[in-house]
Amino acid sequence: MNSKSRRCIDLLFNYIFKVTGLLVLLLLGAILAMLVYNSVAFFLDVRPADFITGLTWNPTGSDPKYGILPLVLSTTLVTLGAMVIAIPLGIGTAAFIAEYAGRRLKNILKPTIEMLAAIPSVVIGFLGIVVVGPGIAHIADLANGLNALNGAMLLAVMALPTIITVAEDAMHAVPKTYKEASYGVGANKWQTLRKITIPAAAPGIIAAVMLGVGRAIGETMTVLMATGNAALLPNSMFASVKTMTATIAIEMGEVPYQTTHYYALYAIATALFIMTLAANMLGEYFINRFRKYHAA
Amino acid sequence: MTSKLSVENLHINFGQKEVLKNINVSFAEHQVTALIGPSGCGKSTLLRSLNRMHDLSPDAKIMGKLRIDGTDIYGKDIPPTKIRQRIGMVFQKANPFAKSVYDNITYGLKINNLPHTKDVVEKALREAFLWEEVKNDLKMPATRLSGGQQQRLCIARTVALRPEVILMDEPCSALDPISTLKIEELITDLKDRYTIVIVTHNMQQAQRVADKTIFMYLGEVKEEGSTQQLFNNPKHELTANYISGHFG
Repeated sequence: MNSKSRRCIDLLFNYIFKVTGLLVLLLLGAILAMLVYNSVAFFLDVRPADFITGLTWNPTGSDPKYGILPLVLSTTLVTLGAMVIAIPLGIGTAAFIAEYAGRRLKNILKPTIEMLAAIPSVVIGFLGIVVVGPGIAHIADLANGLNALNGAMLLAVMALPTIITVAEDAMHAVPKTYKEASYGVGANKWQTLRKITIPAAAPGIIAAVMLGVGRAIGETMTVLMATGNAALLPNSMFASVKTMTATIAIEMGEVPYQTTHYYALYAIATALFIMTLAANMLGEYFINRFRKYHAA
Repeated sequence: MTSKLSVENLHINFGQKEVLKNINVSFAEHQVTALIGPSGCGKSTLLRSLNRMHDLSPDAKIMGKLRIDGTDIYGKDIPPTKIRQRIGMVFQKANPFAKSVYDNITYGLKINNLPHTKDVVEKALREAFLWEEVKNDLKMPATRLSGGQQQRLCIARTVALRPEVILMDEPCSALDPISTLKIEELITDLKDRYTIVIVTHNMQQAQRVADKTIFMYLGEVKEEGSTQQLFNNPKHELTANYISGHFG
Protein backbone atom coordinates (compact mmCIF):
# COMPACT_ATOMS: atom_id res chain seq x y z
CA MET A 1 0.00 0.00 0.00
CA ASN A 2 1.36 3.39 -0.87
CA SER A 3 1.54 6.21 1.57
CA LYS A 4 -1.31 8.17 0.00
CA SER A 5 -3.89 5.43 0.38
CA ARG A 6 -2.64 4.77 3.90
CA ARG A 7 -3.22 8.40 4.75
CA CYS A 8 -6.68 8.26 3.20
CA ILE A 9 -7.65 5.22 5.24
CA ASP A 10 -6.36 6.88 8.37
CA LEU A 11 -8.44 9.96 7.63
CA LEU A 12 -11.49 7.90 6.71
CA PHE A 13 -11.44 6.04 10.01
CA ASN A 14 -10.85 9.27 11.83
CA TYR A 15 -14.19 10.48 10.43
CA ILE A 16 -15.98 7.19 10.97
CA PHE A 17 -15.05 7.09 14.65
CA LYS A 18 -15.93 10.73 15.06
CA VAL A 19 -19.39 10.01 13.62
CA THR A 20 -19.96 7.01 15.89
CA GLY A 21 -18.86 9.06 18.88
CA LEU A 22 -21.14 11.95 18.03
CA LEU A 23 -24.02 9.58 17.29
CA VAL A 24 -24.13 8.61 20.97
CA LEU A 25 -24.36 12.24 21.97
CA LEU A 26 -27.08 12.80 19.39
CA LEU A 27 -29.06 9.82 20.65
CA LEU A 28 -28.93 11.00 24.24
CA GLY A 29 -29.87 14.52 23.16
CA ALA A 30 -32.79 13.27 21.09
CA ILE A 31 -34.16 11.11 23.90
CA LEU A 32 -33.86 13.95 26.35
CA ALA A 33 -35.54 16.34 23.89
CA MET A 34 -38.42 13.93 23.34
CA LEU A 35 -38.92 13.52 27.09
CA VAL A 36 -38.82 17.24 27.75
CA TYR A 37 -41.07 18.09 24.78
CA ASN A 38 -43.79 15.70 25.88
CA SER A 39 -43.41 16.63 29.52
CA VAL A 40 -43.94 20.28 28.65
CA ALA A 41 -47.15 19.28 26.90
CA PHE A 42 -48.20 17.61 30.15
CA PHE A 43 -47.34 20.58 32.33
CA LEU A 44 -49.53 22.82 30.15
CA ASP A 45 -52.47 20.83 31.54
CA VAL A 46 -51.33 20.01 35.06
CA ARG A 47 -49.49 22.25 37.48
CA PRO A 48 -45.98 20.93 38.24
CA ALA A 49 -46.63 21.36 41.96
CA ASP A 50 -49.70 19.11 41.77
CA PHE A 51 -47.70 16.52 39.87
CA ILE A 52 -44.77 16.46 42.28
CA THR A 53 -46.67 16.69 45.55
CA GLY A 54 -49.92 14.99 44.59
CA LEU A 55 -50.72 12.01 46.78
CA THR A 56 -52.99 10.24 44.32
CA TRP A 57 -52.24 8.66 40.97
CA ASN A 58 -55.57 8.04 39.27
CA PRO A 59 -55.40 9.25 35.66
CA THR A 60 -58.47 7.31 34.50
CA GLY A 61 -60.94 8.45 37.17
CA SER A 62 -63.80 10.87 36.45
CA ASP A 63 -61.66 13.49 38.17
CA PRO A 64 -58.18 12.44 36.96
CA LYS A 65 -55.36 12.81 39.51
CA TYR A 66 -51.73 12.95 38.43
CA GLY A 67 -49.84 12.85 41.73
CA ILE A 68 -46.49 11.12 41.16
CA LEU A 69 -45.56 10.84 44.85
CA PRO A 70 -46.92 7.30 45.38
CA LEU A 71 -44.96 6.09 42.36
CA VAL A 72 -41.74 7.83 43.42
CA LEU A 73 -42.08 6.45 46.93
CA SER A 74 -42.74 2.97 45.52
CA THR A 75 -39.64 3.09 43.36
CA THR A 76 -37.56 4.49 46.24
CA LEU A 77 -38.84 1.89 48.68
CA VAL A 78 -38.18 -1.04 46.38
CA THR A 79 -34.76 0.27 45.36
CA LEU A 80 -33.68 1.03 48.92
CA GLY A 81 -34.91 -2.36 50.07
CA ALA A 82 -33.01 -4.05 47.27
CA MET A 83 -29.83 -2.16 48.17
CA VAL A 84 -30.13 -2.94 51.87
CA ILE A 85 -30.11 -6.59 50.90
CA ALA A 86 -27.68 -6.47 47.98
CA ILE A 87 -24.93 -4.15 49.23
CA PRO A 88 -23.75 -6.18 52.24
CA LEU A 89 -24.22 -9.46 50.40
CA GLY A 90 -22.47 -8.14 47.31
CA ILE A 91 -19.51 -6.55 49.06
CA GLY A 92 -19.15 -9.53 51.35
CA THR A 93 -19.10 -11.93 48.43
CA ALA A 94 -16.68 -9.70 46.53
CA ALA A 95 -14.35 -9.56 49.53
CA PHE A 96 -14.54 -13.32 49.94
CA ILE A 97 -13.65 -13.92 46.30
CA ALA A 98 -10.92 -11.29 46.22
CA GLU A 99 -9.21 -12.06 49.52
CA TYR A 100 -10.23 -15.35 51.06
CA ALA A 101 -11.32 -17.88 48.45
CA GLY A 102 -8.81 -20.39 47.16
CA ARG A 103 -8.07 -20.49 43.46
CA ARG A 104 -10.32 -23.49 42.86
CA LEU A 105 -13.39 -22.01 44.56
CA LYS A 106 -12.79 -18.66 42.88
CA ASN A 107 -12.79 -20.30 39.46
CA ILE A 108 -16.19 -21.81 40.22
CA LEU A 109 -17.75 -18.81 41.95
CA LYS A 110 -16.94 -16.09 39.42
CA PRO A 111 -18.57 -17.67 36.35
CA THR A 112 -21.53 -18.84 38.43
CA ILE A 113 -22.19 -15.32 39.64
CA GLU A 114 -21.89 -13.98 36.13
CA MET A 115 -24.39 -16.58 34.98
CA LEU A 116 -26.86 -15.19 37.51
CA ALA A 117 -26.85 -11.97 35.46
CA ALA A 118 -27.94 -13.94 32.42
CA ILE A 119 -31.30 -14.94 33.90
CA PRO A 120 -33.97 -12.91 32.09
CA SER A 121 -35.87 -10.47 34.30
CA VAL A 122 -39.17 -12.12 33.39
CA VAL A 123 -37.93 -15.38 34.87
CA ILE A 124 -36.96 -13.62 38.09
CA GLY A 125 -40.44 -12.02 38.13
CA PHE A 126 -41.98 -15.43 37.64
CA LEU A 127 -40.01 -16.73 40.63
CA GLY A 128 -41.39 -13.79 42.57
CA ILE A 129 -44.95 -14.76 41.77
CA VAL A 130 -44.67 -18.49 42.45
CA VAL A 131 -41.92 -18.80 45.09
CA VAL A 132 -40.78 -15.65 46.91
CA GLY A 133 -44.18 -13.92 47.06
CA PRO A 134 -46.08 -16.89 48.50
CA GLY A 135 -43.17 -17.44 50.88
CA ILE A 136 -43.41 -13.90 52.22
CA ALA A 137 -47.20 -14.22 52.48
CA HIS A 138 -46.80 -17.42 54.45
CA ILE A 139 -44.16 -16.11 56.84
CA ALA A 140 -45.76 -12.70 57.42
CA ASP A 141 -49.30 -14.07 57.33
CA LEU A 142 -50.54 -11.87 54.47
CA ALA A 143 -53.30 -12.42 51.90
CA ASN A 144 -50.69 -12.31 49.14
CA GLY A 145 -46.99 -11.66 48.89
CA LEU A 146 -46.98 -9.30 45.91
CA ASN A 147 -45.48 -6.32 47.68
CA ALA A 148 -42.47 -4.03 47.99
CA LEU A 149 -40.43 -6.59 49.94
CA ASN A 150 -40.97 -9.18 47.23
CA GLY A 151 -39.80 -6.72 44.57
CA ALA A 152 -36.83 -5.64 46.68
CA MET A 153 -35.65 -9.21 47.21
CA LEU A 154 -35.87 -10.01 43.51
CA LEU A 155 -34.13 -6.78 42.50
CA ALA A 156 -31.39 -7.56 45.01
CA VAL A 157 -30.80 -10.86 43.26
CA MET A 158 -30.67 -9.06 39.93
CA ALA A 159 -28.30 -6.35 41.14
CA LEU A 160 -25.97 -8.78 42.91
CA PRO A 161 -23.96 -10.02 39.92
CA THR A 162 -23.14 -6.45 38.87
CA ILE A 163 -22.23 -5.38 42.39
CA ILE A 164 -20.13 -8.47 43.06
CA THR A 165 -18.28 -8.43 39.75
CA VAL A 166 -17.44 -4.72 39.77
CA ALA A 167 -16.59 -4.62 43.49
CA GLU A 168 -14.42 -7.72 43.22
CA ASP A 169 -12.52 -6.20 40.29
CA ALA A 170 -11.97 -3.06 42.35
CA MET A 171 -10.65 -4.97 45.37
CA HIS A 172 -8.51 -7.19 43.20
CA ALA A 173 -6.98 -4.11 41.58
CA VAL A 174 -5.78 -2.67 44.91
CA PRO A 175 -1.99 -2.79 44.58
CA LYS A 176 -0.37 -5.65 46.47
CA THR A 177 2.05 -3.14 47.99
CA TYR A 178 -0.82 -1.53 49.96
CA LYS A 179 -1.78 -4.83 51.50
CA GLU A 180 1.85 -5.74 52.17
CA ALA A 181 2.31 -2.43 53.97
CA SER A 182 -0.59 -3.31 56.21
CA TYR A 183 0.55 -6.87 56.89
CA GLY A 184 4.03 -5.45 57.42
CA VAL A 185 2.92 -3.47 60.48
CA GLY A 186 1.23 -6.50 61.96
CA ALA A 187 -2.33 -6.22 60.67
CA ASN A 188 -4.34 -9.38 60.11
CA LYS A 189 -6.48 -10.18 57.10
CA TRP A 190 -9.68 -8.65 58.40
CA GLN A 191 -8.00 -5.41 59.53
CA THR A 192 -6.27 -5.12 56.18
CA LEU A 193 -9.50 -5.74 54.32
CA ARG A 194 -11.53 -3.26 56.35
CA LYS A 195 -8.98 -0.48 56.77
CA ILE A 196 -6.92 -0.74 53.59
CA THR A 197 -8.42 -2.81 50.81
CA ILE A 198 -12.02 -1.63 51.02
CA PRO A 199 -11.15 2.09 51.40
CA ALA A 200 -8.65 1.85 48.54
CA ALA A 201 -11.22 0.08 46.40
CA ALA A 202 -13.99 2.48 47.50
CA PRO A 203 -14.36 4.31 44.18
CA GLY A 204 -14.89 1.00 42.43
CA ILE A 205 -17.20 -0.29 45.16
CA ILE A 206 -19.30 2.87 45.00
CA ALA A 207 -19.43 2.55 41.24
CA ALA A 208 -20.59 -1.04 41.73
CA VAL A 209 -23.33 0.07 44.13
CA MET A 210 -24.42 2.86 41.80
CA LEU A 211 -24.64 0.46 38.87
CA GLY A 212 -26.76 -1.76 41.12
CA VAL A 213 -28.98 1.19 42.06
CA GLY A 214 -29.30 2.11 38.40
CA ARG A 215 -30.34 -1.42 37.57
CA ALA A 216 -32.85 -1.48 40.42
CA ILE A 217 -34.43 1.89 39.63
CA GLY A 218 -34.75 1.10 35.94
CA GLU A 219 -35.87 -2.51 36.20
CA THR A 220 -39.41 -2.90 34.92
CA MET A 221 -40.56 -6.42 34.19
CA THR A 222 -39.66 -7.96 37.55
CA VAL A 223 -41.29 -5.25 39.66
CA LEU A 224 -44.30 -5.18 37.37
CA MET A 225 -44.83 -8.87 38.00
CA ALA A 226 -43.90 -8.99 41.66
CA THR A 227 -45.06 -5.89 43.50
CA GLY A 228 -48.83 -5.95 43.08
CA ASN A 229 -49.08 -2.61 41.24
CA ALA A 230 -51.30 -0.67 43.63
CA ALA A 231 -50.67 3.02 43.03
CA LEU A 232 -51.16 3.94 46.67
CA LEU A 233 -48.87 5.58 49.16
CA PRO A 234 -46.92 2.63 50.59
CA ASN A 235 -46.92 2.41 54.38
CA SER A 236 -44.52 -0.51 54.80
CA MET A 237 -42.41 -3.04 52.95
CA PHE A 238 -45.47 -5.29 53.00
CA ALA A 239 -47.57 -2.81 51.00
CA SER A 240 -48.36 -3.36 47.36
CA VAL A 241 -46.55 -0.77 45.30
CA LYS A 242 -46.55 0.47 41.73
CA THR A 243 -43.15 1.71 40.63
CA MET A 244 -42.58 4.44 38.08
CA THR A 245 -41.27 1.99 35.50
CA ALA A 246 -44.17 -0.41 35.96
CA THR A 247 -46.64 2.46 35.65
CA ILE A 248 -45.20 3.52 32.32
CA ALA A 249 -45.06 -0.05 31.04
CA ILE A 250 -48.59 -0.95 32.09
CA GLU A 251 -50.36 2.24 31.11
CA MET A 252 -48.52 3.08 27.88
CA GLY A 253 -50.29 0.20 26.12
CA GLU A 254 -53.78 1.39 26.97
CA VAL A 255 -53.58 5.14 26.99
CA PRO A 256 -55.21 7.16 24.16
CA TYR A 257 -52.62 8.91 22.04
CA GLN A 258 -51.72 12.54 22.94
CA THR A 259 -54.02 12.85 25.91
CA THR A 260 -52.96 14.34 29.23
CA HIS A 261 -52.55 10.83 30.58
CA TYR A 262 -50.26 9.98 27.65
CA TYR A 263 -48.12 13.02 28.31
CA ALA A 264 -48.14 12.24 32.04
CA LEU A 265 -46.26 9.01 31.34
CA TYR A 266 -43.53 11.07 29.68
CA ALA A 267 -43.40 13.29 32.73
CA ILE A 268 -42.85 10.17 34.86
CA ALA A 269 -40.07 9.11 32.50
CA THR A 270 -38.43 12.52 32.88
CA ALA A 271 -38.62 12.27 36.65
CA LEU A 272 -37.10 8.79 36.46
CA PHE A 273 -34.33 10.15 34.27
CA ILE A 274 -33.59 12.88 36.82
CA MET A 275 -33.52 10.34 39.67
CA THR A 276 -31.07 8.09 37.84
CA LEU A 277 -28.94 11.09 36.94
CA ALA A 278 -28.92 12.19 40.58
CA ALA A 279 -27.87 8.70 41.69
CA ASN A 280 -25.03 8.74 39.19
CA MET A 281 -23.88 12.20 40.21
CA LEU A 282 -23.96 11.25 43.87
CA GLY A 283 -21.81 8.23 43.05
CA GLU A 284 -19.42 10.42 41.08
CA TYR A 285 -19.16 12.82 44.04
CA PHE A 286 -18.22 10.05 46.47
CA ILE A 287 -15.76 8.58 44.02
CA ASN A 288 -13.98 11.92 43.78
CA ARG A 289 -13.93 12.35 47.54
CA PHE A 290 -12.15 9.03 47.95
CA ARG A 291 -9.70 9.80 45.17
CA LYS A 292 -8.28 12.68 47.20
CA TYR A 293 -5.95 10.38 49.08
CA HIS A 294 -4.98 8.33 46.08
CA ALA A 295 -2.55 8.88 43.23
CA ALA A 296 -0.69 12.05 44.08
CA MET B 1 28.29 -10.12 69.06
CA THR B 2 25.01 -11.90 69.85
CA SER B 3 22.91 -12.95 66.91
CA LYS B 4 19.38 -11.60 66.79
CA LEU B 5 18.07 -13.64 63.91
CA SER B 6 19.27 -17.03 62.79
CA VAL B 7 18.44 -19.06 59.73
CA GLU B 8 19.18 -22.79 59.60
CA ASN B 9 18.87 -25.11 56.63
CA LEU B 10 16.34 -22.86 54.95
CA HIS B 11 14.84 -24.10 51.68
CA ILE B 12 12.09 -22.18 49.91
CA ASN B 13 10.16 -23.46 46.89
CA PHE B 14 7.65 -21.58 44.80
CA GLY B 15 5.62 -24.33 43.18
CA GLN B 16 8.21 -26.55 41.48
CA LYS B 17 10.94 -23.92 41.55
CA GLU B 18 13.57 -24.06 44.27
CA VAL B 19 14.37 -20.45 45.08
CA LEU B 20 16.52 -20.83 48.18
CA LYS B 21 18.83 -23.78 48.79
CA ASN B 22 20.06 -24.63 52.24
CA ILE B 23 20.65 -21.17 53.66
CA ASN B 24 22.51 -20.91 56.96
CA VAL B 25 23.11 -17.35 58.11
CA SER B 26 22.69 -15.21 61.17
CA PHE B 27 22.16 -11.51 61.74
CA ALA B 28 23.88 -9.79 64.62
CA GLU B 29 22.05 -7.49 67.00
CA HIS B 30 22.42 -3.72 66.42
CA GLN B 31 24.24 -4.22 63.17
CA VAL B 32 23.36 -3.54 59.55
CA THR B 33 23.62 -6.63 57.38
CA ALA B 34 23.46 -6.18 53.62
CA LEU B 35 22.21 -8.89 51.26
CA ILE B 36 23.72 -8.46 47.81
CA GLY B 37 23.70 -10.50 44.64
CA PRO B 38 22.40 -10.43 41.07
CA SER B 39 18.66 -10.23 40.30
CA GLY B 40 16.87 -13.46 41.02
CA CYS B 41 19.48 -14.75 43.47
CA GLY B 42 16.87 -15.01 46.23
CA LYS B 43 17.93 -12.15 48.49
CA SER B 44 14.45 -10.61 48.63
CA THR B 45 12.97 -14.07 49.16
CA LEU B 46 15.30 -14.61 52.12
CA LEU B 47 14.42 -11.19 53.54
CA ARG B 48 10.68 -11.79 53.25
CA SER B 49 10.92 -15.18 54.89
CA LEU B 50 12.22 -13.46 58.02
CA ASN B 51 8.87 -11.80 58.82
CA ARG B 52 6.61 -14.38 57.21
CA MET B 53 5.58 -12.26 54.25
CA HIS B 54 5.51 -15.44 52.16
CA ASP B 55 2.44 -16.51 54.14
CA LEU B 56 0.51 -14.41 51.64
CA SER B 57 1.59 -16.49 48.64
CA PRO B 58 -0.10 -19.89 48.69
CA ASP B 59 2.61 -21.31 46.39
CA ALA B 60 5.47 -20.74 48.80
CA LYS B 61 6.81 -23.75 50.69
CA ILE B 62 9.25 -22.99 53.48
CA MET B 63 11.46 -25.58 55.16
CA GLY B 64 14.07 -24.95 57.81
CA LYS B 65 14.36 -23.13 61.11
CA LEU B 66 14.20 -19.37 61.44
CA ARG B 67 14.56 -17.87 64.89
CA ILE B 68 14.41 -14.50 66.55
CA ASP B 69 16.13 -14.55 69.95
CA GLY B 70 15.75 -18.31 69.85
CA THR B 71 11.97 -18.20 69.23
CA ASP B 72 10.80 -20.10 66.16
CA ILE B 73 9.47 -17.48 63.75
CA TYR B 74 7.21 -20.08 62.12
CA GLY B 75 6.25 -21.64 65.44
CA LYS B 76 2.60 -22.47 66.05
CA ASP B 77 2.45 -20.60 69.35
CA ILE B 78 3.32 -17.21 67.85
CA PRO B 79 0.97 -15.46 65.40
CA PRO B 80 2.50 -13.99 62.22
CA THR B 81 1.05 -10.56 63.11
CA LYS B 82 3.14 -10.55 66.30
CA ILE B 83 6.24 -11.53 64.32
CA ARG B 84 5.63 -8.69 61.88
CA GLN B 85 5.34 -6.24 64.74
CA ARG B 86 8.69 -7.38 66.13
CA ILE B 87 10.25 -7.57 62.67
CA GLY B 88 9.16 -4.50 60.69
CA MET B 89 9.58 -4.06 56.96
CA VAL B 90 10.30 -1.26 54.52
CA PHE B 91 9.53 -2.05 50.93
CA GLN B 92 11.23 -1.37 47.61
CA LYS B 93 8.64 1.11 46.47
CA ALA B 94 7.43 3.54 49.11
CA ASN B 95 3.93 2.37 49.93
CA PRO B 96 2.31 4.80 52.35
CA PHE B 97 -1.36 4.14 53.10
CA ALA B 98 -3.87 6.29 51.24
CA LYS B 99 -4.37 8.25 54.46
CA SER B 100 -2.94 11.37 56.04
CA VAL B 101 0.67 11.51 57.24
CA TYR B 102 -0.57 11.31 60.83
CA ASP B 103 -2.85 8.34 60.20
CA ASN B 104 -0.06 6.51 58.40
CA ILE B 105 1.82 6.39 61.69
CA THR B 106 -1.17 5.64 63.92
CA TYR B 107 -2.48 2.84 61.71
CA GLY B 108 0.01 0.25 62.93
CA LEU B 109 -0.18 1.53 66.50
CA LYS B 110 -3.94 1.13 66.62
CA ILE B 111 -3.78 -2.30 64.99
CA ASN B 112 -1.38 -3.47 67.67
CA ASN B 113 -3.23 -1.74 70.52
CA LEU B 114 -0.29 0.53 71.26
CA PRO B 115 -0.70 4.11 72.50
CA HIS B 116 -1.19 6.42 69.50
CA THR B 117 -0.80 9.89 70.95
CA LYS B 118 0.61 12.88 69.13
CA ASP B 119 3.86 12.45 71.05
CA VAL B 120 4.33 8.93 69.76
CA VAL B 121 3.70 10.11 66.20
CA GLU B 122 6.12 13.00 66.61
CA LYS B 123 8.80 10.75 68.04
CA ALA B 124 8.49 8.30 65.15
CA LEU B 125 8.61 11.10 62.56
CA ARG B 126 11.62 12.67 64.27
CA GLU B 127 13.36 9.33 64.33
CA ALA B 128 12.84 9.06 60.57
CA PHE B 129 14.21 12.59 60.00
CA LEU B 130 10.83 13.64 58.62
CA TRP B 131 9.29 15.70 61.43
CA GLU B 132 10.66 19.09 60.38
CA GLU B 133 9.28 18.67 56.87
CA VAL B 134 5.74 17.63 57.80
CA LYS B 135 5.09 19.07 61.26
CA ASN B 136 2.96 21.92 59.91
CA ASP B 137 0.56 19.73 57.98
CA LEU B 138 0.16 16.32 59.51
CA LYS B 139 -3.32 15.99 57.97
CA MET B 140 -1.93 16.18 54.44
CA PRO B 141 -2.45 13.07 52.28
CA ALA B 142 0.75 11.01 52.39
CA THR B 143 0.64 10.59 48.63
CA ARG B 144 1.46 14.29 48.26
CA LEU B 145 4.92 13.81 49.79
CA SER B 146 7.94 13.35 47.54
CA GLY B 147 9.23 9.84 46.89
CA GLY B 148 12.03 10.20 49.43
CA GLN B 149 9.69 11.65 52.05
CA GLN B 150 7.24 8.81 51.44
CA GLN B 151 9.96 6.26 52.04
CA ARG B 152 10.99 8.01 55.27
CA LEU B 153 7.32 8.01 56.28
CA CYS B 154 7.30 4.25 55.71
CA ILE B 155 10.35 3.98 57.96
CA ALA B 156 8.64 6.18 60.57
CA ARG B 157 5.57 3.97 60.43
CA THR B 158 7.81 0.95 61.01
CA VAL B 159 9.85 2.41 63.90
CA ALA B 160 6.65 3.70 65.56
CA LEU B 161 5.89 0.10 66.49
CA ARG B 162 9.25 -0.20 68.30
CA PRO B 163 10.26 -3.33 66.41
CA GLU B 164 13.43 -5.22 67.21
CA VAL B 165 14.43 -5.80 63.61
CA ILE B 166 13.83 -3.72 60.48
CA LEU B 167 13.97 -5.42 57.10
CA MET B 168 14.58 -3.17 54.11
CA ASP B 169 14.01 -4.41 50.58
CA GLU B 170 16.01 -2.12 48.28
CA PRO B 171 14.59 0.93 50.06
CA CYS B 172 16.41 3.44 47.84
CA SER B 173 16.08 1.83 44.43
CA ALA B 174 13.38 4.30 43.33
CA LEU B 175 14.96 7.39 44.90
CA ASP B 176 17.24 10.18 43.76
CA PRO B 177 20.80 10.45 45.16
CA ILE B 178 19.95 13.08 47.78
CA SER B 179 16.98 11.16 49.16
CA THR B 180 19.13 8.03 49.09
CA LEU B 181 21.79 9.75 51.15
CA LYS B 182 19.21 10.84 53.71
CA ILE B 183 17.92 7.30 54.07
CA GLU B 184 21.44 5.96 54.43
CA GLU B 185 22.17 8.45 57.23
CA LEU B 186 18.92 7.35 58.79
CA ILE B 187 19.90 3.67 58.60
CA THR B 188 23.21 4.40 60.30
CA ASP B 189 21.36 6.31 63.01
CA LEU B 190 18.78 3.55 63.51
CA LYS B 191 21.20 0.71 64.01
CA ASP B 192 21.95 1.76 67.60
CA ARG B 193 18.39 0.78 68.45
CA TYR B 194 17.42 -1.78 65.85
CA THR B 195 18.86 -4.72 64.01
CA ILE B 196 18.73 -3.99 60.30
CA VAL B 197 18.80 -6.28 57.29
CA ILE B 198 18.93 -4.51 53.95
CA VAL B 199 18.71 -5.88 50.43
CA THR B 200 20.53 -3.68 47.97
CA HIS B 201 21.69 -3.64 44.37
CA ASN B 202 23.98 -0.78 45.08
CA MET B 203 27.51 -1.86 46.04
CA GLN B 204 28.45 1.60 47.28
CA GLN B 205 25.39 1.63 49.47
CA ALA B 206 26.30 -1.72 51.01
CA GLN B 207 29.80 -0.41 51.74
CA ARG B 208 28.45 2.82 53.20
CA VAL B 209 25.86 1.38 55.56
CA ALA B 210 26.53 -2.30 56.24
CA ASP B 211 28.68 -3.86 58.96
CA LYS B 212 28.32 -7.28 57.46
CA THR B 213 27.58 -8.30 53.88
CA ILE B 214 26.18 -11.55 52.52
CA PHE B 215 26.67 -12.34 48.85
CA MET B 216 24.06 -14.63 47.32
CA TYR B 217 24.03 -16.34 43.96
CA LEU B 218 21.36 -18.60 42.42
CA GLY B 219 19.60 -19.25 45.71
CA GLU B 220 22.71 -19.93 47.76
CA VAL B 221 24.91 -17.95 50.09
CA LYS B 222 28.27 -17.82 48.33
CA GLU B 223 30.16 -15.69 50.77
CA GLU B 224 29.61 -13.74 53.95
CA GLY B 225 31.84 -11.59 56.05
CA SER B 226 32.48 -8.14 57.35
CA THR B 227 31.70 -5.59 54.66
CA GLN B 228 35.29 -4.47 54.58
CA GLN B 229 36.63 -7.97 54.12
CA LEU B 230 34.04 -8.96 51.52
CA PHE B 231 34.59 -5.93 49.33
CA ASN B 232 38.35 -5.55 49.73
CA ASN B 233 39.38 -9.13 49.93
CA PRO B 234 36.67 -11.45 48.58
CA LYS B 235 37.45 -15.12 48.99
CA HIS B 236 35.24 -16.33 46.19
CA GLU B 237 35.86 -15.56 42.53
CA LEU B 238 32.13 -15.03 41.88
CA THR B 239 32.02 -12.44 44.66
CA ALA B 240 35.00 -10.66 43.20
CA ASN B 241 33.43 -10.61 39.76
CA TYR B 242 30.08 -9.41 41.07
CA ILE B 243 31.37 -6.57 43.23
CA SER B 244 33.63 -5.36 40.46
CA GLY B 245 30.63 -5.17 38.12
CA HIS B 246 31.42 -8.04 35.73
CA PHE B 247 27.85 -9.30 35.97
CA GLY B 248 24.65 -8.70 37.86
